[in-house]
Amino acid sequence: MSDTLKKSSEVRGVEPKLSRDQYEDFLYNEAALLDEWMLDDWFDLFIEGATYEVPSAGAPNDADSSESLFYIADDYFRLRHRVIRLKSKQAHSEWPRSKTVHTVNNVRILETNSEGVTVTSTFITYRSKNQVTHTFVGRHYHVLRDVDGEIKIVSKRSMLDMENLRPQGRISIIV
Amino acid sequence: MATLLKTVPDSRNKWVIEDRSKGVFKVAREAFVSEEIFARERERIFAKCWLYLGHATELKEASDYLTRNVAGHELIFNRDRKGNYNAFFNVCPHRGAMIAKDKCGSALGFKCFYHGWAFNNNGKFATRMGDGFYPEDFGKDGSVDLVRVAKLDEYRGFYFVNFDADAVGLDEYLADSKDIFDLVADQSPNGMEVVGGGQEYSVNANWKLLLENSFDGYHAEETHATYFEYLADYIGDEANDDLASAKVQSRAYDLKNGHAVIEGSAPWGRPIARTIPSWGEEGAADIRAMRVELEQRLGAEKAHRIADGDRNMGVFPNLVINDIMAITIRTFYPVSAGLIHVNAWAFAPINEPKKHRKRRLDNFLEFLGPGGFATPDDVEALESAHRGYGNAQYAPWNDISRGLLKEKPTNFDEEQMRCFWREWARRMEDQA
Repeated sequence: MSDTLKKSSEVRGVEPKLSRDQYEDFLYNEAALLDEWMLDDWFDLFIEGATYEVPSAGAPNDADSSESLFYIADDYFRLRHRVIRLKSKQAHSEWPRSKTVHTVNNVRILETNSEGVTVTSTFITYRSKNQVTHTFVGRHYHVLRDVDGEIKIVSKRSMLDMENLRPQGRISIIV
Repeated sequence: MATLLKTVPDSRNKWVIEDRSKGVFKVAREAFVSEEIFARERERIFAKCWLYLGHATELKEASDYLTRNVAGHELIFNRDRKGNYNAFFNVCPHRGAMIAKDKCGSALGFKCFYHGWAFNNNGKFATRMGDGFYPEDFGKDGSVDLVRVAKLDEYRGFYFVNFDADAVGLDEYLADSKDIFDLVADQSPNGMEVVGGGQEYSVNANWKLLLENSFDGYHAEETHATYFEYLADYIGDEANDDLASAKVQSRAYDLKNGHAVIEGSAPWGRPIARTIPSWGEEGAADIRAMRVELEQRLGAEKAHRIADGDRNMGVFPNLVINDIMAITIRTFYPVSAGLIHVNAWAFAPINEPKKHRKRRLDNFLEFLGPGGFATPDDVEALESAHRGYGNAQYAPWNDISRGLLKEKPTNFDEEQMRCFWREWARRMEDQA
């Protein structure tokens, strides 16, 4: 069943232990860390072995990074380096740092399985740099797991509901 | 000379200056920012040169099509029922609406959504008009068929269009660049294909900046320091040693007609026949098997060049094929003097095993593309230069002299850019 056909109250799998507003709080906190460029804290939200992906704009929901070309398909090692890089003044695209506002909306719990709880949300992220503000829009799919009372990210995939990266040109921030 | 270079370019449309006696090669920054010069480029370059359209493997079956904007022209690239490749202007012969609206698909014919005029996928007019509205023989002379682009031709599956019916043939135009196309096309016994999922992005800079950047070995260490730090952690400290030796061993070659290539050997892994420690013994074994296959099929010398060499090629005016840590095909069109639309794809062996394809695409993404560890910083540099050229009136010249007097220029010189600029000047400047 596609995401859109599912009633908001229906959750595939067992009922998650946490409520939607607890996941919402988590996503709002993640957005705030990104806006503040607190990237080490952001990276700490991921469990070891986590993945972070941004498929090409307009890619189908089941796009696979071993078969088609994404913008970003980080394993845990590369994600750590993405953070190291973004903190460096030699990450020229993001130094001086762009100003960002990450908004998260329409949060829904999609399913639970052994991996964790899949939470989807829509996002609008604004990036301001070099006299212009660019907008990124799309959907996040977070797989979240309760680890000793803390929510952790098992995987995060951001689907861009855009035709391409014009006029944005690049995706050098975390959307 | 020194005095001349402090002044703005003179009125005789001379934007490129080469003075070997002084070892200098200069390009006027006006050539990047002037809309008048851009209008002249449209006439003298984009309306006259062979421009990359797409790869044969993007249209796998008869009747497949895709729509693409090439240098400001909306085109349909398709295969008809017989499987022949065509390039049509995407415009209804009737009143001009675009007859194909989807990005790609399969279609036996095209029907305009505006008034319903219809065409077979070989471009032939195929509309029932009803009696009395038009003469009986209306359209029989082909006058309302889809309009074909003047020339369409291919080399090793790379399709190009030319809007000038009088242009030289593609074979002659590509000149020595064909050798480099061969080195890319020959990498697999199964042939090579464009991987699904292209990258389309824009850059707020002049298109020539991107061409220069795409085969500029000199900037890599400075601009992409964060990438090389990542690489050193990924494959070990030999990354830095390899980079140092690459500088010495690399070469830039003039491929004629404005095309050029730089070839060398860089520290990253190549999904074809050059492994790195992080791919493990399994990766190393795969790579050894590929090397054996290459040597058996192509001979030791060519296998060595394909497997161990990295190459960045610029095909005049706007096609880049970089066969580096992965293969990218990149083409780009100026929308205005200060805006580029870029299309980039990954290129890979047909039927490549999934784990190899994954290594290849990981390699691609760690460096290339709008989310990679390098391309966004290139975009920043290009946009920064373009803003800097706003000072062209007072600070008028770019210096592209590096290695001008060397007999064997390397990746880290600027001969490859000079090959481009000499051809650009030949087409753009009024000859004395």
